[in-house]
Amino acid sequence: MRIPLSWLREWTALPEDATLEHVHEALVSVGFEEEDVHVAEVTGPVVVGRVLSLEPEPQKNGKTINWCQVDVGEAEPRGIVCGAHNFGVGDKVVVTLPGAVLPGPFPIAARKTYGHVSDGMIASARELGLGDEHDGILRLVELGLDPEPGTNALPLLGLDDAAVEINVTPDRGYAFSIRGVAREYAHATGATFRDPADAVTPVAASGFPVVLDDAAPIRGRQGASVIAFRVVRGIDPTRPTPTWMRSRLRLAGIRSISLAVDVTNYVMLELGQPIHGFDLAKLQGGITLRRATPGETIETLDAVTRKLDPQDLVVADESGAVALAGVMGGAATEISDATTDVLIEAINWDPISIARTARRHKLPSEAAKRLERGVDPRVTPLAAARVAQLLAELAGGEIDELGVDAGDAILPAPIEFALDLPTRIVGVDYTAEQVVATLQLIGATVEVHGDLALTATATVTPPTWRPDLIDGPTLVEEVARIVGYGEIPSVLPVAPPGRGLTRAQGIRRGVAQALADAGSTEVQAYPFHSRAQIEAFTPGAPAVKLANALDGEAALMRRSLLPGLVEVARRNLGRGLTDLAVYEVGTVFLPEADRAYGTESIPLGAARPTDDVLSELQASIPAQAWRVGFLALGDVVEKQPGLAAVHAGLADALDAAREVALAAGVTLEIVQGAHPALHPGRTAELRVDGQSVGHAGELLPALAAELDLPRVVAVAELDLDAVIALGGGQRAARAIGTLPAATQDLSLVVDAAVPAAEVIAAVTEGAGELLEHVRLVDDYRGPGVPEGSKSITLALRFRAADRTLTAAEATEAKLAGVALATERLGAALRD
Amino acid sequence: MSDPTPITEQAVAEAVDAALAAISAAGDSTALRAARTEHTAEQSPLAKLNAAIRDLPGDQKAAAGKLVGQARGRVNQALAAQEGVVLAAEEQARLAAESVDVTAVPSRRRAGARHPLSLLTEAMGDVFTGMGWEIAEGPELEHEWFNFDALNFDEDHPARAMQDTFFVEPVERHLVLRTHTSPVQIRSLLSRPLPLYVVAPGRVYRTDELDATHTPVFQQIEGIAIDKGLTMAHLRGTLEHLARSMFGEGAQIRLRPNFFPFTEPSAEMDVWQPNAKGGARWVEWGGCGMVNRNVLRAAGIDPEEYQGFAFGMGIERTLQFRNDMNDMRDMVEGDVRFSQQFGMVV
Repeated sequence: MRIPLSWLREWTALPEDATLEHVHEALVSVGFEEEDVHVAEVTGPVVVGRVLSLEPEPQKNGKTINWCQVDVGEAEPRGIVCGAHNFGVGDKVVVTLPGAVLPGPFPIAARKTYGHVSDGMIASARELGLGDEHDGILRLVELGLDPEPGTNALPLLGLDDAAVEINVTPDRGYAFSIRGVAREYAHATGATFRDPADAVTPVAASGFPVVLDDAAPIRGRQGASVIAFRVVRGIDPTRPTPTWMRSRLRLAGIRSISLAVDVTNYVMLELGQPIHGFDLAKLQGGITLRRATPGETIETLDAVTRKLDPQDLVVADESGAVALAGVMGGAATEISDATTDVLIEAINWDPISIARTARRHKLPSEAAKRLERGVDPRVTPLAAARVAQLLAELAGGEIDELGVDAGDAILPAPIEFALDLPTRIVGVDYTAEQVVATLQLIGATVEVHGDLALTATATVTPPTWRPDLIDGPTLVEEVARIVGYGEIPSVLPVAPPGRGLTRAQGIRRGVAQALADAGSTEVQAYPFHSRAQIEAFTPGAPAVKLANALDGEAALMRRSLLPGLVEVARRNLGRGLTDLAVYEVGTVFLPEADRAYGTESIPLGAARPTDDVLSELQASIPAQAWRVGFLALGDVVEKQPGLAAVHAGLADALDAAREVALAAGVTLEIVQGAHPALHPGRTAELRVDGQSVGHAGELLPALAAELDLPRVVAVAELDLDAVIALGGGQRAARAIGTLPAATQDLSLVVDAAVPAAEVIAAVTEGAGELLEHVRLVDDYRGPGVPEGSKSITLALRFRAADRTLTAAEATEAKLAGVALATERLGAALRD
Repeated sequence: MSDPTPITEQAVAEAVDAALAAISAAGDSTALRAARTEHTAEQSPLAKLNAAIRDLPGDQKAAAGKLVGQARGRVNQALAAQEGVVLAAEEQARLAAESVDVTAVPSRRRAGARHPLSLLTEAMGDVFTGMGWEIAEGPELEHEWFNFDALNFDEDHPARAMQDTFFVEPVERHLVLRTHTSPVQIRSLLSRPLPLYVVAPGRVYRTDELDATHTPVFQQIEGIAIDKGLTMAHLRGTLEHLARSMFGEGAQIRLRPNFFPFTEPSAEMDVWQPNAKGGARWVEWGGCGMVNRNVLRAAGIDPEEYQGFAFGMGIERTLQFRNDMNDMRDMVEGDVRFSQQFGMVV
């Protein structure tokens, strides 16, 4: 909402020297956020001039300029060159003299041009910042003005006025009017306030045929409550809109159309009631206020033919819908430059109907904006009367006796209110007097039961323009904001003892930190994926689909973190960062096939649904799980002096998985695995307690190529929820043996297809409890080892808890391990 | 067998002098080892003199033994002293040879980094767990009831239309990507005992195109406290405590009236950022207010008995003004340089 200062000053005692900052500050203090300021960017000498003579001078470039002598109220006329031709001798125009600055900024100076010294400029409306509509010179007669030459043109054109723009929250529709904002300014500053609604003289009228026929009220509420129509006949359509009105509309952000339309907009801005004017001559028969019929259409003022919904309210005559009620008028009955008789409509439409229609037709019009927030029902007939009076006064029309006043106002209900509630909720020690006075100040009627004291209760009837005041807390906010939020003290509450992070929260944090500590960089990728991305990593899996994705190509919610990490990698590669190790801890969305999620209806708010309904709601959303994903490519250790580069590969993916397992307190088992997006020979399945918790591997080279990635891209993804769930419980400590250890190496030849892990497992099991530790030292294939076999070398460390082990005992244990490996895997001791 | 060397003082002195000269001339451990062999080993003059003692008549043995013993002692002392000097010099030389350009030593591990948004979320959460609050979580894909209705967004409320919500297909099934972390309020109220003090950090979604100041996916941290007798003063105290933890002791909170469906009274909160680049200033930080009674009712709580406050702020926005960041795109694009500039501390 934009508020021209001159308009605000009309209804409040705004100080003469009040700045835009002052007004903003005052309005912010009562809850209106500062949005913008609008000032005329014209300064300096800008005066009225009368054209005394005009000599057209054709130029070599084909243009004709006019060499004018202009009386600007000085002893001598000024010579001014002007390229426009839409004016003549005797016209009064606006002359910007040297020293003036026009919007741009465009400073005016006396300058030599076309063989003359042009001592100023004759301005167009556009050059003055008055609008884009006209290209030619502004002739003051068009504005109905005939001032003396030399008159300061800035106040004349309203260019000395300025406006503040504030944000109006959805609960306070009344502040979409000068009336509402002026009242708030008065609340904020204590300045006096006159109610513009009180300044309107009611106009009685009756007899115009209007019927309210709402066949399908929404949520039990009739489409219209207070209904007012007035008729003004015989207006002069050629009369211009007065400059003061035009200027205020311009500052308020409303384009001037014609006097009759401007008047309806002006009254809407002042009183908050949207008004529509019909060309009475174009209407056929009486008016019906009704819902649209199936298939009905209307061409609205913006020249769009709209298919109406049976929930849309319309104003109809015998020919059909002539206006989309409360949202936009119809083209067929629009006021034109030939209109002489006007039907003025002011109706308090049902806010919910209007909101739905405005949303449905994507028409957030000025009218809809106000009506959907609620309009003061008391001003509805007054607004119609005010329009009629202004049309009579400014356009020479005559107010007809014909009209309508109908309907019952829906008024705010009285609220039983404990006077100490503000103190109990806000924490400020308000007095009973303060509470009552504040509520009265905002226009409420307060009837205190018994003596005035904080222990008393009162019946508070909110003012007619405050449908948002519905209960105690809404009244509390009024007291708090009018007295000032600055009064609220600062008190730190003491919460009962908490238990810190949950185990899962702590481990998720630990996992994220561990991966960073191990040299990876945390990223956060968008979870929106394309079907191709889903297919590459989880082929055939169902995915949550967004109905209104920003990018229609990426309307699915991720099932895996890997496609997002791949995108991150691509972006980094595109920026020349070729060595990457990145990870993300995030959620994925895992709907199951053939399962309907959501519910058919939504339970109402403001009441706890039954346990059954709550369970249904809880169960109605797809599973969402925490994952950790990792990706590395390029060099994980870059080449440096004396150090060769280490290239990213499966080892890094497995290391990342191990870091996760370590941080989560679980023992990771790595087995040969398969994954649709991973290299068939370089994929590990990750298990904890025999349960699969993820994969690590290298991307399929073909997929990497398709994604413009290098051939080797190491990735890992683990189900963090599962890892955390499997890691529960406290670990029992083992005794640490302190007696000397015996170490021995062991080389076994096995079939090349036997996993090293199985060899280790067999040796470990066979060697028994003396074997403390096994490390895989080598996996050799080549000369000395038969084709199709490999030599696995293990470093074994033996220790007994109760004695110093002899070499013979260690060897015996080792050979027992070999024996089991031989029996199980056909392993042979290598010489 | 040669004649036994006569054990004279002169002979002993000559042997000692020769030994000491050789020892002091030994500049490295090889030369010193040679000198030791030459002057103390079996065939050395001193060893021979020593051997000759046993052939002396009994009454001369003591004097000769003393003479030769002292001589050997001097030589051994000199050897030990010279060994210390030589070894120290050699160690010095080795250290000199081993010295490297410490600015050119390779790093065997790469440096990692946390995402600053994660770090900031954790830091803010820690302020609250330090006060005894707990951290609550909820799903990002939500049922509309949790995201709107339970939070007092009427089906036709303009505020509900203003939320730029991602809807899930089919829209008639009422699932959305949560537009704020507030549904966690409801889930907490439904599942946790009173009094309740929790914060809920997490990802939220709005249909804003990515630009310098908007992103369709961002993070909030939301707080809710429900107890007996909580007021807006407690709200302000809590926010001020958080502000001081995040922005320094000079931070303050300013509340301005505003509107939210789930709070009444409602406020916009500004924070006085004492250490802002370019000078201390007020910055818009988030929204807050006293929890609307309808929200409590939706969770089956009697608003006559319990009341409390809620607040929420954007993590991205906090990072933006706290760490003087201009472009929100940097936070979401995954460029590793963005996280790496912070390392492990934000």
